[in-house]
Amino acid sequence: MRFGKDRGLRYAGRNAWGTTLVIEFRNVSYRVNGVHVLSDLSLHVARGETLVLLGRSGSGKTTTLKLINRLAVPSSGEILVNGAPNDQVDVIRLRRGIGYVIQEVGLFPHFTVERNISLVPKIEGWPEAKIRARVHELLQIVGLGPAFASRYPGQLSGGQRQRVGVARALAADPAILLMDEPFGALDPLTRDELQREFLSLQQGLHKTVVFVTHDLHEALRLGSRIALMEAGKLVTLLTPAEFLKSSDPWASAYVRAFGDRLDSAVNRGAS
Amino acid sequence: MNVVRFMLQNRTQVLELTWEHLWLVGWSTFFAALVGIPLGILIAHRTRLNKPVLASANIIQTIPSLALFGFLLPVPWLGERVDRLAILALTLYALLPIIRNTYDGIRGVDPAVVEAGRGMGLTESQLLFKVELPLAVSVILSGVRVAAVICVGLATIAAAIGAGGLGEFIFRGLAMVDNRVILAGAIPAAIMALLADFGVGWIEKRLKPR
Repeated sequence: MRFGKDRGLRYAGRNAWGTTLVIEFRNVSYRVNGVHVLSDLSLHVARGETLVLLGRSGSGKTTTLKLINRLAVPSSGEILVNGAPNDQVDVIRLRRGIGYVIQEVGLFPHFTVERNISLVPKIEGWPEAKIRARVHELLQIVGLGPAFASRYPGQLSGGQRQRVGVARALAADPAILLMDEPFGALDPLTRDELQREFLSLQQGLHKTVVFVTHDLHEALRLGSRIALMEAGKLVTLLTPAEFLKSSDPWASAYVRAFGDRLDSAVNRGAS
Repeated sequence: MNVVRFMLQNRTQVLELTWEHLWLVGWSTFFAALVGIPLGILIAHRTRLNKPVLASANIIQTIPSLALFGFLLPVPWLGERVDRLAILALTLYALLPIIRNTYDGIRGVDPAVVEAGRGMGLTESQLLFKVELPLAVSVILSGVRVAAVICVGLATIAAAIGAGGLGEFIFRGLAMVDNRVILAGAIPAAIMALLADFGVGWIEKRLKPR
C-alpha cells in the first residue's frame, strides 16, 4: 500500500501553529435514513489536547466520537487519524490504538476487574508478567488499590466501575482517548472527584482526548478547547476562557443557562 | 403395586426400550443444538433473518407429531430406517426452543457491553466467543433443556411408526386396555424428562459465569 503510506506522510504534517494533528475531520457528513445527523463537519484535534464536544442530546456529539473509531461510517467526507484516513487502516488495529470510555461503562460482567483491564493486552499477546504489572499500575493510576483486581463489576460502585472503565481504555497505552459522557451518570461528588483525577492524570499522560459532554461546567474544567455543536453542525470552537466571553448566541445561551460561578471552573492547565 | 411388579418382570424390555428412547432423545437434542445454536446466533446478528427463521420453526411446531412421522415415511433415505426418521422429526421439534433462546440470550446481552467491546477493538468472533456467548449461555441452555424435555415426550409417538422407545409400552397398553403396560412406558419417560431437565440444569449452573 505505497499509495496509502504516501498519503499518510502528506497528511501527517504540522499545521500553521506548529502542533501535530492527531485527528482531523474533513467535510464530514453523516446521514441515517435521509436524516442529517452531522453536516459538513470540519475540525481537528492536536496532540495532547482535550477537545470537548459540547451540545445537547441529539446534536451529533456522540456520532462525531464514533466516527473517529469507525463505530460509525460517514456518508461523505473523511476522517484522518494519525495522518491517515481511518477507512484505509485495519479497523481492529485502529480501535486498539484508541481508548474508548462510555457513560454506561460496559464492563464485561463475567470478568474480574483484572480480566476486564487485561483483555486487549492479552489478545495482543503481552507476556503474563507484563500484563499483571500493567493492571496494577493502572489500578493505581485510577485510584483503586490492587485489592480490586479480583472483584467483579457487580461488586463495585458506579464511580469505581467508571474508574475501571478508564483503566481498561488505557490498558494498551493508546495515544488517543475517546470519552462519551464518562462521568454523566455519577453523583456530583464522585463526578467532581473523577474530573479532578482526570485532570491530574492528563497532566502526566498527555493523551489526545476527545470528550463528549452536555455539562458546560465539565467542558470548561476539562477542555483545552470546546467545540459547541447544535443540530449536527459545529457552531463554534473556542478555548474555555473565550467561551465565557463569546458573543455567539448559542455559546452565550449556554453560559446563561449554567449561570454564575463558571469562571472558577475554567481549565488553566498547560495545554 | 401391580405396575412395579410388571416392570420388574419385564425389566430387560423396560431397560431396552428406555435405552432406545434415550438414544432417540439424545441424538435429536444434540442435532437440534448443533443446528439451532448457530442459527440463533446468526439471526441475532442478521436481524432481517429473524422473522422468517423463527416463523419456520414455529410452523414446524404446529404440525401434529403423528402426521409429521407419517409424512416422512415415504422419503427415500429416511424411510429405510425408522430411527433415522424419528431422530429427524424430533430434531425439527426441538429446534424452536433452542433457536428462540439463543436469539433471546444474545439479544439480551447489554448493548453497552457489546459496544465497549467493539470499541476497544475486539473482532466480531472475539466478541461472540468472549462476550456474547458466555453471557447468553444460561438462556441458551435453558432452551436446550426445554428441547430435551419436549423430545422425551414426543419420542413416545415414534413407536407408532416402529421406531421403538418407551412409546411401545404405551401403545401396547392402550391396545390391551392395560394400565400397567401404559405406565411401564409412561413412568420411565416421566423420570427421563425430569432427569434431562435436571441434567441440563446442572450443566447450565456449571457453565454460567460466576
